[in-house]
Amino acid sequence: MSKTSLRTSPAEGGLGDEPLLAVEDLHVEFATRAGVVRAVNGVSYSLNPGETLAVLGESGSGKSVTAQAIMGILDMPPARIPKGEIRFRGTDLLKLSDEARTQVRGQRISMIFQDALSALNPVFTVGWQISEMFRVHRGMSKRDAMAKAVELMDRVRIPAAKQRIHDYPHQFSGGMRQRIMIAMSIALDPEVLIADEPTTALDVTVQAQIMELLAELQRESNMGLILITHDLGVVADVADKIAVMYAGRIVENAPVYDIYRAPAHPYTKGLLESIPRVDLKGQELYAIKGLPPNLLDMPTGCAFHPRCPYRQDNCVTDAPPLYGISGARNSACHYWREVLDGDPR
Amino acid sequence: MATQGERILEVRDLVKHFPLTQGIMFKKQIGAIKAVDGVSFELNKGETLGIVGESGCGKSTLAKVLMALERPTSGSVVINGRDMAKAKGSELKRMRRNIQMVMQDPYTSLNPRMTVGDIVGEPFEIHTEVAPKGDRRRKVQELLEVVGLNPDHINRYPHQFSGGQRQRIGIARGLALQPEIIVCDEPVSALDVSIQAQVINLLERLQNEFGLAYIFIAHDLSVVRHISDRVAVMYLGKMVELGKDLEIYDRPAHPYTQALLSAVPVPDPEGRESRERIILQGDPPSPANPPSGCRFRTRCWKAQEICATEEPLLQIRPGTAHLSACHFAETHDVVHAG
Repeated sequence: MSKTSLRTSPAEGGLGDEPLLAVEDLHVEFATRAGVVRAVNGVSYSLNPGETLAVLGESGSGKSVTAQAIMGILDMPPARIPKGEIRFRGTDLLKLSDEARTQVRGQRISMIFQDALSALNPVFTVGWQISEMFRVHRGMSKRDAMAKAVELMDRVRIPAAKQRIHDYPHQFSGGMRQRIMIAMSIALDPEVLIADEPTTALDVTVQAQIMELLAELQRESNMGLILITHDLGVVADVADKIAVMYAGRIVENAPVYDIYRAPAHPYTKGLLESIPRVDLKGQELYAIKGLPPNLLDMPTGCAFHPRCPYRQDNCVTDAPPLYGISGARNSACHYWREVLDGDPR
Repeated sequence: MATQGERILEVRDLVKHFPLTQGIMFKKQIGAIKAVDGVSFELNKGETLGIVGESGCGKSTLAKVLMALERPTSGSVVINGRDMAKAKGSELKRMRRNIQMVMQDPYTSLNPRMTVGDIVGEPFEIHTEVAPKGDRRRKVQELLEVVGLNPDHINRYPHQFSGGQRQRIGIARGLALQPEIIVCDEPVSALDVSIQAQVINLLERLQNEFGLAYIFIAHDLSVVRHISDRVAVMYLGKMVELGKDLEIYDRPAHPYTQALLSAVPVPDPEGRESRERIILQGDPPSPANPPSGCRFRTRCWKAQEICATEEPLLQIRPGTAHLSACHFAETHDVVHAG
């Protein structure tokens, strides 16, 4: 793979039909003592510049593993990618050499993590850690890199950046630490930013600040944002489109308005109905029964069938494909028409 | 069955300060973290009081003081007419039976080396009068059944259960001594969305069945609204607003409550561009050195001179029907505005 084809600047545009980032039929498995865990089972999604894709799912649904595969930060082994493509501007990242991959990671595609305190190194100052991006990737001198770090801290609105650059991570509050993570991730103007539960550990008022900051940075640079979350409220607030994951597969993907108006998969529908609503106060909440499946012992057919109120006999035997519903909408349910229409209960 | 409306818990001017010390040999107090700084409220039988606030506002310290895990610096916690803050020895032990706790994290609050039977039955070891020795196993199995677990799993270890099931174990332990009050400190925030609803339903069912009163501490405002009869909002060790759930959510009077409510993402994209959002600047100040007067004034858009000099008391303000602590309290529906 030649590096030149990867250097297409966003200004040149002209991506044609090829999205900025396309995950195609990705499979990831982990070899464990108890057996092979298929964490990701044929996931496909795509992202365009300036777009926000929300990947929604519970723990163990494979949403973070997919993101780590895109970043190329999975430990292999035990992880293995037996099948699939991750195309960034038309180039399959999985076929690149380690060296070429390093050029993409952090520079073209970067990531922020849930827990900023454990993602930052406690024994270096934040200035040193932010400026490291410029020293390593851009070969800048220490002094220039530090000046750049101050600029970035200003950009993510950390007050008194010039003084605080010599502070250590523990001297910052949770929200400020997440801003430092964001500063590091946007340091090299990436085209894709993956945010893995960026606000889960934060208070709501701070969450609102961080989401606003992310939206603003996205508007400025037109980067594509993949937001991994389990919070249906955050998704409704910022996403353009949604991919819902369950047990390593995408069970539904759709533009944000469609999914909240009328979900086409029983799992999505169950999640939306289990949100406490004002008009139903005092009544029992709708709860999806049962538990998420054990990835070592997946149900046959559709992985959701043991918990599904729409289940028929063929759900137990045949795994549903991702049915096209309309335009950009898909649902992996044999009975998506019934789910769209109404209520089996 | 308990009759509704009977006063069961009364907290008056509760203060908990943690000393800040300097020096190794000769410790000298140089200040105090004012974690809870003058909180008053009451709780009736069978009622749920929701407590919301951000991290550092003192809600978990409040829970610990109510549980008598921490002794208050001053103030009183009166349970059924007796002050737990002054109780000692066997009286304190007896009072503790009546107020139990469900913790946030079912992964760390259960001892991994104890079986479920031992965990749920441990309260009986301390309060031996509740269940005679030969009766304990049967009692524990009954409790497991009440919270929706298989009584045959009594000999299993916590790691053999999922997060939601573990939280049920924690709830069973809380129920063991048949308390009248249960303090739930973020009972569902560590659980997956599809499991949260199951646990909330369980808590509501148990409340109806046993006439329990809950103090429900959480940061998820929609969950609090669903389960609570009344809601208290805390900021930096103080209660800033207290009222019925409808009053707090539809007619909030304190600017902080309004900001908090407007910051909660609404799970519906419809009209998201026009929604009103009050984005607070900065972080809450340190509880070691809170601002003078009103503690919220450093982040408040309504702040005037009086806010720095005079502390607003938690009282009913003109034009509102519930308690709020703001000189310029004014009801404003942030949730439905826009």
